[in-house]
Amino acid sequence: MKDKVGIPRGMFYYDYYILWENFFNNLGVEIVLSPETNKDILDKGVHACVDEACLPVKVFHGHVDYLKDRVDYIFIPKFISVYRREYCCPKHLGLPDMVRHSMKGLPELIKPKVDLKKSNRDMKRAIIHTGKYFNKSAGAAIKAFNKAQNRFQRYMESIRQGAMPIHGIKYDEYNPSQILLLGHSYNIYDRYINMGIVDKLRANDAGVITVEMLDTHTMRKHTSGLSKRIFWTHGQRIVGGAFALMDEGLIDGIIYISSFGCGMDSVLMELTERRAKKLGIPFTILTIDEQTGEAGINTRIEAFLDMLKWRSKDEDNLPTHGEYIHSR
Amino acid sequence: MKITFPHMGNIYIAGKAFLEALGQEVIPPPRCSRRTLELGIKHSPETICLPLKIMIGNFIESIEKGADTILLVGSCGPCRFGFYSILEEGILRDLGYDVEFIVYEPIGEGINKLKENVFKTLNITNIGEVLKAARLGWRLIHKADQITELANETRAYAKDSSRVDLIINNYHRKVEQVFGEEEMMDLMDKTINSLNKVERKKNYEPIRIGLIGEIYTLIEPFVNFDIERRLGHMGVLVEKSLTPTIWLDHHVLKFPFGSRNEKEKHRLARPYLKTLVGGHGRETVGAAIGYEKRGFDGAIQLLPLNCMPEIVAKPILNRINRDLEFPIMTLILDEMTGEAGFITRLEAFVDLLNRRREEDSVV
Repeated sequence: MKDKVGIPRGMFYYDYYILWENFFNNLGVEIVLSPETNKDILDKGVHACVDEACLPVKVFHGHVDYLKDRVDYIFIPKFISVYRREYCCPKHLGLPDMVRHSMKGLPELIKPKVDLKKSNRDMKRAIIHTGKYFNKSAGAAIKAFNKAQNRFQRYMESIRQGAMPIHGIKYDEYNPSQILLLGHSYNIYDRYINMGIVDKLRANDAGVITVEMLDTHTMRKHTSGLSKRIFWTHGQRIVGGAFALMDEGLIDGIIYISSFGCGMDSVLMELTERRAKKLGIPFTILTIDEQTGEAGINTRIEAFLDMLKWRSKDEDNLPTHGEYIHSR
Repeated sequence: MKITFPHMGNIYIAGKAFLEALGQEVIPPPRCSRRTLELGIKHSPETICLPLKIMIGNFIESIEKGADTILLVGSCGPCRFGFYSILEEGILRDLGYDVEFIVYEPIGEGINKLKENVFKTLNITNIGEVLKAARLGWRLIHKADQITELANETRAYAKDSSRVDLIINNYHRKVEQVFGEEEMMDLMDKTINSLNKVERKKNYEPIRIGLIGEIYTLIEPFVNFDIERRLGHMGVLVEKSLTPTIWLDHHVLKFPFGSRNEKEKHRLARPYLKTLVGGHGRETVGAAIGYEKRGFDGAIQLLPLNCMPEIVAKPILNRINRDLEFPIMTLILDEMTGEAGFITRLEAFVDLLNRRREEDSVV
């Protein structure tokens, strides 16, 4: 009988699932994926998790709860660092521990430690560690991973061409306005917790760009002007992507989706908002938590889009006192 | 150059005397007040954690008094404290204040920059003098902490605990008047003497509570509603898991190996949490177990709202609570925390600990 590994559809699922899926398939392991987030999963997560945690972490607990009686193992990697001298969010650092200590009756957790802070060597250790659960030799595990990584690179290339994670739905039609949808991948691609904001924007004839569509080099270049390097890899991506698109004038407005209580966002929002204000680019923040109502979100999106329309229709951009009207 | 720095408990006492002894002009911010907090809230991002808000208030009040240089310690992740300097600089620039920020970044970020900053702020020119200055700073901070600890202990045992408050209030008032290292040391010695003279209860076994959690909320009495003093008046002996002395010992004195005290916490935390989670999350877990092992009656975790590392620590503390049957209460602090509710919870917790002790003595 094949071993079944459960992968919760939350947190870094939206970044690395294609990699994980191919890796486990190459190892000959069956994957059980939890369904898309729904009310039941959210409720279970809120119940299992500590109150103070942010929404995506609670949702993640819900997915683990769904999987726990259906699989032999649950795969929750411990992401400490994915880039030299940088870190992930502290909640990723402790995610397997939070799950392990808040929930009862869990199957065995596979929690390889990914710590590339000092060198890439640790990656190999994490791969071999995971392979051991299925009696695979180090060589076989690494071979499976390399093959998966090649596939993952091709997927990343399609994302950069403008496809949307996680199924790579292509987007290329012309739209009158381009909106940069900013935020953590697990907030902007989870259709339940952000109430389908991508679809809502597209239904209103707005194009959606996300920072995942940019290449890493461009993003790193644009944050080099800050007085302090951004030591969160995923924060670096958000700020760098926003700066790059703003500096090059490729977007009409920014919608930042932040989960209530996100520590990284409190810093990232401040940095991007400051730059947006300086350049006169419309910027709005939608804060989501388990009690956010959909009607309120709809109203705010519509108001934001109306504002963009009027701005291009009515404003003449003639200087008053040597300044553009909409710049501060 | 008129130097100022943010408030954090008793650090200003040592910091002021230290920089003055090195020939710098120091303008410590006025003690944290309602106004500090309100200035901070008004100008900071809404969702940032409480320490930044108070710091912004501190800086504005110091600048009003004439400070032009801000001294700060930096870090490089994974806690958001590492971004404080860049956010604060942006906020103060927008308000039109022209101040210089000097940030001591960790050595890993480039030793030359750190060296330059140290030489500039401490008014010295070579490494030998740095060591001399460091020894002086260490003596001062160590003694300042000693007073805080002695005051906490005396309060728990004193027949009349309000006498301790009188002595400490007097000490704080005089700190602002003395100048330099010698006068400060003299004042501190006198304070220790008078604290030792306070009459103590005999055959008294106080309830012992360990304070664990985020370092700023542990150390700054304005933020934690003077929790040490309040518990002291209830006859409780408090110990903090983090003090400026412990921090310096771990991060500066014993660099890069770390102090024995902190490594012991990591060892204790291992069964529950093996890796770092940023800030002092792992130390919080280790300290809780440490207090249990040392026979404390309970522990209180303090954190500012949305503190990421401490939120990771919380489910683990809940588990320790169940596994070891060790009472741990979590108190979250932010600008909306009400004093009355806070005190009620403290009183209830102390009652619970008293009750547990009574039950144990019957069996």
